[in-house]
Amino acid sequence: MPIFALKMLFGDSARFYGMLLGLAFSTLLISQQASIFVGLMSRTFGFVTDTPQPDLWIVDPAQRFLDDNKPLRSTAVQRVRSIEGIEWAVPLFKGLLVVNLPDGKRQMSQVIGIDDASLIAGPPFMLEGALTDLRKPDAIIVDERASRREFKMNTPPEGGEPRPLRVGDTLELNDRRAEVVGICKATQTFQSQPVIYTTYSRATQYAPMERRMVTMVLAGLAPGVDEAQIIKSIADRTGLSAFNGEEFADKTVGYWMRETGIPINFGTAIVLGFFVGVAVAGQMFYNFVLDNLKYFGAMKAMGASRKTLLGMVFLQASTIAVLGFGLGIGMTSAFGLTVPGERLAFRMTWHIPLIAAGAVIIICTASAAIGMWRVLRLDPADVFKG
Amino acid sequence: MTPITTPEIAVRASGVEKVYVSGDTNVVALRGADLEVHCGEVVILAGPSGCGKTSFISIIAGLLARDGGKLEVMGEDPQALSTEARTAWRLRTVGFVFQQFNLIPTLSIAENAAIPLILQGMDRRSACVKARELLNQVGLGGREQSSPVRLSGGQQQRVAIARALVNSPKILVCDEPTSALDGATGLRVMELVAQVGRMPGRAVIVVSHDDRIYHLADRIIHMDDGRIDRIETPASLRNVHA
Repeated sequence: MPIFALKMLFGDSARFYGMLLGLAFSTLLISQQASIFVGLMSRTFGFVTDTPQPDLWIVDPAQRFLDDNKPLRSTAVQRVRSIEGIEWAVPLFKGLLVVNLPDGKRQMSQVIGIDDASLIAGPPFMLEGALTDLRKPDAIIVDERASRREFKMNTPPEGGEPRPLRVGDTLELNDRRAEVVGICKATQTFQSQPVIYTTYSRATQYAPMERRMVTMVLAGLAPGVDEAQIIKSIADRTGLSAFNGEEFADKTVGYWMRETGIPINFGTAIVLGFFVGVAVAGQMFYNFVLDNLKYFGAMKAMGASRKTLLGMVFLQASTIAVLGFGLGIGMTSAFGLTVPGERLAFRMTWHIPLIAAGAVIIICTASAAIGMWRVLRLDPADVFKG
Repeated sequence: MTPITTPEIAVRASGVEKVYVSGDTNVVALRGADLEVHCGEVVILAGPSGCGKTSFISIIAGLLARDGGKLEVMGEDPQALSTEARTAWRLRTVGFVFQQFNLIPTLSIAENAAIPLILQGMDRRSACVKARELLNQVGLGGREQSSPVRLSGGQQQRVAIARALVNSPKILVCDEPTSALDGATGLRVMELVAQVGRMPGRAVIVVSHDDRIYHLADRIIHMDDGRIDRIETPASLRNVHA
């Protein structure tokens, strides 16, 4: 009977395509919104994932998330270095500064000042130039997206057509000259500001003078030491909080989840996607079973076992679930591949298809279960009642 | 236990009772119905709406449980069987022809006719080959791949008859097989039913209000108020009308 069950399903083409599209759009809404949500959340801690070298990120205990800068005293670096088990510790400057472009435009940008000596915490990928070029005078490295967009030279000094910012161009940060020595690729920030890398000492010259200039301390652990023990030692001896990269990212995401309306907005869209599936596909499948109830009843009268009939309904539900989910997740993937990442945060982790599949399974199981219940309750004698 | 039926008796019902309970109300459908149907016999159950015809054939076909009386169909009491065993018994013993045909519109007529064989475990290809033979016998040869919705009502009922006969059941139960058909078509369908019912070892019970087909039956069993009221033959009916 499996082939007959599928012929019953595919043969009712209007309802079949209705169910298919209902499930596909439900999957699309759930997975696309979830992927954008994950993409946006990933941008909140993008700098952490772009910077794999440090074992520990050491910040002021009052700092709630990555960009919630609470600068530390410059002595913090030495104090961290003095803790046994710390192999190295470097300062990091991270702040928003205004950049003056040659054409007079001003652009708020995120400036990251990395340790002058080790250049730890530099950009993850260099597209032009080398990280060591930061040791040249006034050197900065600019992220590629900003070079094409915010830093685009509409009136290049040499004249001619507008062009992206490129190696050799000069900018001004706080009235100080900065020369582009490299173009890098970095994860877009949550607020989509341009990212500029330079050395720590140069960044502190660009930034308005404050008593505390160290945004955070990055540290590496000696081989074999107990990370938890070191974190406790740092807290005890410096009063600072230390996190490994994963914890720091979680802390940042946790802040955005708790303190902003972003999860509710996306959660609403995801729940709506689920209800679209229930309302359209679930309802249609239930109606499909109801419309076929007289045939199931006739087969039951003829001698079809409960197992046979339930197997038919289950096969129909699982087939439409697989096809609807496949189409929906395919549409989401196509969307993710088509829309440029710099315009829309999109990150489909392996959890998202699982969540969407779970939602589709719930929708189809619920509607199939109600349909099966009707089939089980069906009195075969009813077929004589017309 | 020795069956009380002989090989010549297909159905022996004695004092069959059925009561439907609806809330505080009891509706008595059958008040001790007695019936004997012989193999090779075609009987028509007639009577006004609500007289218990449908309940009676449902009980005979093992679709409905009785509340009293005795019943043996081809030597077995369907109610004495477990649900699964009764389902299997129905599959091998009873063929059904429904008023509304109940043909699945998305299957070909050969596939529709093959359903009982597939339910019995035959593979789809062999079942369809057998179903084609039956469709040939009911005059639908060459149209095996047609959809039921492309056929006339009479042709659809022929497919339903082929489906009912494909696994060679011993009892054919027909519920108003001609009510959805025009007079001439209904007559042709009933002739077919009567023809197959008179085959050795088989019996046909037809529920019908359609007195134009009564002459094709061996006996017309009139029911009223849950009982067998009277039994007539086509000859006695002719005498009455004469």
